[in-house]
Amino acid sequence: MKKIINDPNQVVTEMLDGVVAAYPDQIKRIPDTTVVTKKDAPVQNKVGIVSGGGSGHEPAHAGYIGKGMLDAAVAGEVFTSPTPDQVFEAIKAVDGGSGVLLVIKNYSGDVMNFEMAAEMAEAEGIDVAQVIVKDDVAIEERDGRRGVAGTIFVHKIAGAKAEAGASLEEVKAAAEKVIANVRSMGVALTPCIMPASGKPGFELDDDEMEIGIGIHGEPGTERKPLGSADDIAAELMDHILADMELAESDDVAVMVNGMGATPEMELQLVNRKVQAILQEKGINTHKTFVGEYMTSLEMAGCSVTLLKLDADMKELLDSPTTAPAF
Amino acid sequence: MKFTADLAIDWMTKANQKIQDNKDYLSSLDQAIGDGDHGINMARGFDAVMNKLGNNDYEQVADVWKESAMTLMSKVGGASGPLFGTALLKMSMAVKGEAEVDDKTFVEALEDALAGIKQRGKAEEGEKTMIDVWAPVVEKMNEAQTVEAGVLRDTAESAMEATKDIVATKGRAAYLKERSKGHLDPGSVSSYYLFAALAETLEGEG
Repeated sequence: MKKIINDPNQVVTEMLDGVVAAYPDQIKRIPDTTVVTKKDAPVQNKVGIVSGGGSGHEPAHAGYIGKGMLDAAVAGEVFTSPTPDQVFEAIKAVDGGSGVLLVIKNYSGDVMNFEMAAEMAEAEGIDVAQVIVKDDVAIEERDGRRGVAGTIFVHKIAGAKAEAGASLEEVKAAAEKVIANVRSMGVALTPCIMPASGKPGFELDDDEMEIGIGIHGEPGTERKPLGSADDIAAELMDHILADMELAESDDVAVMVNGMGATPEMELQLVNRKVQAILQEKGINTHKTFVGEYMTSLEMAGCSVTLLKLDADMKELLDSPTTAPAF
Repeated sequence: MKFTADLAIDWMTKANQKIQDNKDYLSSLDQAIGDGDHGINMARGFDAVMNKLGNNDYEQVADVWKESAMTLMSKVGGASGPLFGTALLKMSMAVKGEAEVDDKTFVEALEDALAGIKQRGKAEEGEKTMIDVWAPVVEKMNEAQTVEAGVLRDTAESAMEATKDIVATKGRAAYLKERSKGHLDPGSVSSYYLFAALAETLEGEG
C-alpha cells in the first residue's frame, strides 16, 4: 500500500486541518471536535443544514459547506459514522433559532448516531428534522438503499431553500422531494484501501468490474469482465431509468461522479454516453456535473446520478452557492 | 451474587482484553460481510473506556456502566457505538442507586439492554445481528433468574456460532443477501466476548 499520510490514526483530524487552512475565510473548525462549520455560523433565523458521515468520501462533506448549501459537516473515522456527541456539537453550532435539518445517508450506523444526536438536541429545546437519502438503485428494496452521490443534490436544494428563508418544515419537504426523485448507481474497477488497516476492502481481478458497488466497497449486483465506457454507462443508465418515471421532455440534472482514482477524461466518456441515451429518449438535461463529488478513497470507478427536476427544483439547483466543492 | 462497582470494572477490563486480543480477527470477520472496521472501532472504544475507568473512582455499578456507555457512544462510531452504548446505558438505568446488584436485578438490566438494542437498531432476532446473541442469553438468564457463569458463556458461544447460518437482513451484511451465510456476525462475536468476560469476572468472584 502506498499512501501519502503521516499517522493512520490522525488522517481525519489532519485532513480537517487542511480543509480549514484551504478555505479560512469560509470554514472553521469547532475546537476538539471533528465538526467544521461555516465561518459565520450560526446564521440567525435561517434553518441550519448539517450533513456528515464517515471520512474517505472527500470532498464530501466539508467541501459542501457554504452559503446556500451546508452549515456544518461532521466527519467520522474513515468509512465510520461520526458519533452522536459530535453531531450534537454541529447542531448546536448552526442553530440560528429556526431549527436544523440533518441530512443522513441510509446506513444503519449513520442513522443511529444522527438520531441519537437529534434526541439530545431536542432535549435541549432545539428543533431538529431529518431526512434519509437512499438513492442507490443497486439495492432493489427501496428502504434498504444506500445513500450515495445523490446526497449532493439534497445538500444543494435543501441548502438553497434554507437560504431563501424557508421554514424547517419547508426545507425538509424540499429535501424529501429530491430524495423521491434522485437515483444513482456505481461501478468499481479497483478496491479502495483503508488507511488504518492498509488492506483492500474487497478483491477484484484485473479484468473484472463490479456493477452496483457502494461507496464503501459494498457488494453490487454483478461482477463481470470489464466493459467499455459506453457499455458501462449504458448498463448504469438501464438500472437507473428502470427505477424512474421519466417522460419525453422531462428535465433532469446529471452527475457523473468519480470514485477517487478514475481520471476526468474517463468520466467524460461516460458522460458522453449518458447524454446520448437521454437525448435519444427526448429527456432534457438541465445541468450536468462531471467530477469527484462523493469519492471512495482511491477506488477506481464512477457513479451516475439522475435527478428529475420541476421548476422549483431547477431554480434551487441554479441558485448560487459559495461551497468550494460544488 | 453481589455485583459491585469493582466487579463491573473487572468485567470491562476483561472485555477490553478480549477485544484488543481479537481486534484483527474481528476486523477480518467484518471484512467478509461488512466494511472491515469492527475490530478497529471496538478496540478504540474499549481503550477509551479503560482510560476513563482508570482515572476515576466509582461507588456504584450504575456509574461504571454509564461511564462505559457514554464513552463507547462517543468513541466507537458506526453502528456498534450506539448499540453497545445503548445496552450499557439501559443496564445502568436499571441498577441505578444500588451499591450491590443481585441476580434478579442483573437479569432485569440485561432485559432492558436487549430491549434498548432492538429499539435503537430497529431489528429483531434472526437478522444476523448482535441481538442473536443477546436474546438467547437474556432468555436463559430470565428462565433461571440467576446469572451463572458457565451457562452464560455456553449460551453466548453457541448463539454466536449459530449466526453463521443466518442470512443477514439488517446492517451492511444485508447487501450480500444469501452470500452472508457461512460467515459469523462480527457484532455477535464481540457480544460473545462481552459475555465471556462477564463469566470470567463472576468465576473469579465465585
